[in-house]
Amino acid sequence: MIPTQEQTESVVPEERIEIAVRRDVPDRIYRGVATAAGFTTLALMALIGGFLLFRGASALRKAGFSFLTTEMWAPDQGGDFGIGAVLPYTIQISLVALFIAVPISIATALFITQYAPTRIRRPLTSLVDLLAAIPSLIYGLWGLFYLQPRLITVGKWMGDNLGWIPLFKASGPAPHSIGQFAASTFVAGVVVSLMVIPLCTSVMREVFAQAPMGEQEAALALGGTKWGVIRDVVLPFGRGGIIGGAMLGLGRALGETIAVTLIISPMFVRQFSIMEQGSNSIAALIALKFSESNANGISALMAAGLALFLLTLLVNAIASVIVGKGRSGAQTEI
Amino acid sequence: MSTINTQSTTSNTSQTSSGDQSIIHSAGEVFIESPRGLSARNVSCWFGEKKVLEGVNLVMRPLEVTALIGPSGCGKSTFLRTLNRMHELVPGASLAGEIQLNGDDIYRGAMPLTEVRRHIGMVFQKPNPFPAMTIAENVLSGLRLSGLKVDRHERDDILETSLKRAGLWKEVKDRLGEPGRALSGGQQQRLCIARSLAVKPQVLLMDEPCSALDPSSTRRIEETVQELSDTITIVIVTHNMQQAQRVSKFCAFFLAEENQPGRIVEADLTAKIFTTPRDERTNAYVSGHFG
Repeated sequence: MIPTQEQTESVVPEERIEIAVRRDVPDRIYRGVATAAGFTTLALMALIGGFLLFRGASALRKAGFSFLTTEMWAPDQGGDFGIGAVLPYTIQISLVALFIAVPISIATALFITQYAPTRIRRPLTSLVDLLAAIPSLIYGLWGLFYLQPRLITVGKWMGDNLGWIPLFKASGPAPHSIGQFAASTFVAGVVVSLMVIPLCTSVMREVFAQAPMGEQEAALALGGTKWGVIRDVVLPFGRGGIIGGAMLGLGRALGETIAVTLIISPMFVRQFSIMEQGSNSIAALIALKFSESNANGISALMAAGLALFLLTLLVNAIASVIVGKGRSGAQTEI
Repeated sequence: MSTINTQSTTSNTSQTSSGDQSIIHSAGEVFIESPRGLSARNVSCWFGEKKVLEGVNLVMRPLEVTALIGPSGCGKSTFLRTLNRMHELVPGASLAGEIQLNGDDIYRGAMPLTEVRRHIGMVFQKPNPFPAMTIAENVLSGLRLSGLKVDRHERDDILETSLKRAGLWKEVKDRLGEPGRALSGGQQQRLCIARSLAVKPQVLLMDEPCSALDPSSTRRIEETVQELSDTITIVIVTHNMQQAQRVSKFCAFFLAEENQPGRIVEADLTAKIFTTPRDERTNAYVSGHFG
């Protein structure tokens, strides 16, 4: 008689094997080095965060939660200080930048991966990547002297004609003077968008290029046009890349310093309009105030730096989760 | 009574169609069309400078299943992809010769590229449903992609008919809103067949549709192919000789001899190819001596 499964199990007690891995020396060395390098990155992050927290602690203790709401900056004289206006400006500049950069980046990435002839794909990619290599100071100078005089006419037109929308409001009655629109959130946002485009484009390009050939061919074989393939295959596949690329761009835009510092005229009172003169950003605030601050001022700047650090950390963490997650089913094999 | 031409067919292919099959009623007139279905004349293909296919002549009879067999690298899949203009998607690919659908040249004729592909559908080796779409959306995706406008009632009708013809309706009728990727491999392949049928093609090309599937799913697809051949012309590439015998009426044997482009060695009724082939090489292949 053939024993059934149950019978054999009850007779022979099972003993699970202890899985032991013996590593040889080179493997152990390499493991050690890689682990150490990995932890160094983490340690650096912790050190920077800790340093900002430590140096900013006295200011944070003094201001408390009002640090996030106060719309003035006078720590050196012992007055009130806070990022109640600076933080919203920072975010506004970044959002203006994304609003411009994301559509351009999607279009550029689609062109490179879907439409461009194969032989110009690589040069075009390098060219876009090269844009990222231009120092932000150069963008700032070019933005200040070339772009701004042209952009303020856009600002004026918006202020004159679309002033009833709070975002484009300009103080005083129309027609407004052109100078009223210089050094605004809008101008800073446009310049920052130029720096964000190469970053967003390269993330999106990489994701679009991986859109599965099988599905693209399926769409074509059904009588689809190139646009149909993009709409039904490439864009749904690349959704994670689009969102992730935009978030990485946001992280970059939030921290942009020198170009914003050159362009804006710093302001500590909140205004909703992006066209009106006056804006600010945490990074620009630190850059502008650092050399003229006393111990109290430095501590307050460190606290502002901590806020920026945490914000960019959060944005980038979300971005990498979205980019890394990809699409469910992307790796399905039958 | 061979109905497939292999030897340097020139313009005279009308003799292959017989009797009433060659007569079509169109706009009140009766005319003889030659040939009906899909036909290839003197087709050669290149990838860059490499010639992979040479001088292929083949008539694929309407409402019949034609199988393309041969060892790997003989050019049968390449040939299949010339039939709905998918070949040209590969960078550097080119071709010579003529492919006609009901007598219209699909490369030089007036029919736009997207129309060609809509009339000549394709099912691929690996099931490739659109992962972001539900089962129903997958089936109807071709309507959207090819810009066909249909009302709601007609959509439901197309959805049901296509799934029924692909033999999938019973299994999915209560879960049309689930993602296409939730189905098993064999069901996904039948979903892809339903998707192709939804745009009402005249010809369905199948590129080794069962090579990624288990035996029972393969059997289901083969049954589907047989049922479909009553209403649609089918050209199927297969590595599986039993499959070719089971599903096809006609069969073309492709072979690429060493450093030579692929050619058709022999094309005939499937029964003849597998029992009394004219060419020694065909005999060797179908009896399993190589390939």
